[in-house]
Amino acid sequence: MISLKEIEKIYRTDKIETLALKEINLEIRKNEFVSIMGPSGCGKSTLLNIMGLLDKPSKGEVLIDSREVVKFGDRKLAAIRNSKIGFIFQSFHLINDLNVVDNVEIPLLYRRLSYKNRRKLALAALEKVGLSARTRHFPNQLSGGQRQRVAIARAIVGKPEIILADEPTGNLDSNMGQDIIDILHDFHKNENTTIVMVTHDEQIAKQTERILRLFDGCMVN
Amino acid sequence: MLKNYIKIAIKVLLRHKLFTFISLFGISFTLMILIIIVSLVDHTFGKMAPETRLDRTLSATYFKFSHTDKHSSSNGPIMSYYFFHKYAKTLEIPKKVSISSFHKNVETYKENKKFKMALKYCDAEFWEILDFTFLEGQPFNLTDVENINPVAVITRNVKEKYFNDEFCLGENMMIDGINYIILGVVENISILRPLPYSDIWVPITNINEDLLEPRLEAVSFPSYFALALAEKPADLPLIKEEFQNKITQMEFFNDMFNQLEGGFETYFETIAGVLFGRSSDGGANTSGLLVTILITMILFMLLPTINLVNINISRIMERSTEIGIRKAFGASSVTLVGQFMIENIIITLIGGFLALIFSIVILHIINQAHVLRHVTLAINWRIFYKSLLICLFFSLFSGVWPAFKMSRFQPVEALRGGQS
Repeated sequence: MISLKEIEKIYRTDKIETLALKEINLEIRKNEFVSIMGPSGCGKSTLLNIMGLLDKPSKGEVLIDSREVVKFGDRKLAAIRNSKIGFIFQSFHLINDLNVVDNVEIPLLYRRLSYKNRRKLALAALEKVGLSARTRHFPNQLSGGQRQRVAIARAIVGKPEIILADEPTGNLDSNMGQDIIDILHDFHKNENTTIVMVTHDEQIAKQTERILRLFDGCMVN
Repeated sequence: MLKNYIKIAIKVLLRHKLFTFISLFGISFTLMILIIIVSLVDHTFGKMAPETRLDRTLSATYFKFSHTDKHSSSNGPIMSYYFFHKYAKTLEIPKKVSISSFHKNVETYKENKKFKMALKYCDAEFWEILDFTFLEGQPFNLTDVENINPVAVITRNVKEKYFNDEFCLGENMMIDGINYIILGVVENISILRPLPYSDIWVPITNINEDLLEPRLEAVSFPSYFALALAEKPADLPLIKEEFQNKITQMEFFNDMFNQLEGGFETYFETIAGVLFGRSSDGGANTSGLLVTILITMILFMLLPTINLVNINISRIMERSTEIGIRKAFGASSVTLVGQFMIENIIITLIGGFLALIFSIVILHIINQAHVLRHVTLAINWRIFYKSLLICLFFSLFSGVWPAFKMSRFQPVEALRGGQS
């Protein structure tokens, strides 16, 4: 589903160069639930961002469904992100000016769908995460757990084949965190979705099918 | 999608009340001034009664005498009736040519009350070239002019003041020792329309001078001007050329001058000629006037536009997380530029709407204060469209740069708040 070949990522400023990822080779198979672990600053999020086409590697190839995508233009990359990938971020990244259902609808805005269809799909996604009663609320009227559910609903509303979750439980207490992981597991099982999740939490990582470990920008066994 | 954009645009505007106020104030105040200026320009140069045939009409008003060897010159609206009678009335291309005086101020008395009014001497063709709105009666004709009949056409304002708004056709009015009989009443004429402007119009033959005395400059004030009506707009350059050919063979009656500049022009050309001079062939420097108007307008709009660009950059940078989110979920840079342009257009249209309301109020105040005689400034559809175009220029100009800057972000940079 996703292949990374010889990926390298260097951050350059006027004075220093920082090697964030070095010679990363990995394969994520279809319907896999993988977690990525490692200490802070080891490059976990950078790796996830490159997989999700949110960032470009300094070197190497990214293949999605066997297609090399690094050299794709803005429009093509946007179309792949829209149709194939759903993101869940640690800090939720909801738009505070929009209510819950409008936030969930965002990925559908960039597809050829009528308002009625978009609403229907957004409400169905909210039902799946148990937030049907909060559709008209604004993000700042919700708890952390509820916000992350909205973010999950937004990630799944377009029925993507891949979900990339960057520390989805990082800002939540353990109970709420487990609820979120349960939702992801349900989705993985019922919709056959490939999930790649960055986490610090060993207990949560153990619930996934495979754990990848990073240290100083390199994959370790 | 549009509904979503509008929703978020309104939310953003409400969230940043100070930014919104500064933006709206900048847009609406500048546009209001522009609308008022455009309204004045339109009132001065645009097509309106009685000058409804501007596309087919030329006037000869401003001339300059000079000498190739001497430092003597004389310029302005200075020409005599004889000059136009000999060189303009004899033109063959125009459909009609009229000779009239510029208005002069006169005083008249009724029941121990003094009335100050503008008086213009004109011929019968004057009423045929210009399109006056007659409220009552009719204009005087060729017979009245030839027979030196003491007849007059007055404005609605004169009727209201001098005749207490009562029926006045056939009534008398004593001006400069002549008892004129009122033949017609026309709608008031704006002072910004100097060629048709007056309060009272009488046959040109009633003027107390020998009109056909051979001289080029008018003997005294008021001097004269000519109007020429062409069959079709394409004839205008031919009329200009025909007149120029005639005056090149002109006889100067003294050795003070041996050159004459000026001729039949549009009103815009006349103003351009007065303000920016003429080329060696006597043509008015209209491009100078146009460039000045354009530069003034651009400079006037530049400041609020720079202000808007600045505000837009801060507004867009502040929303970089939103940009990152939208990019992450499939928005392309082009789509996002479109979104921000729509937001800009919304704020500009709100500013434009406010500017229109303010302009209506200000124009109403100007009209009520009677700062300029019989000048009724109004926002007509033409001005409204021009204002909308100005609005669009504002929104595009102030939105393009920040939107372009924003579209360069990688999604991950945008999510980090615009930092790479």
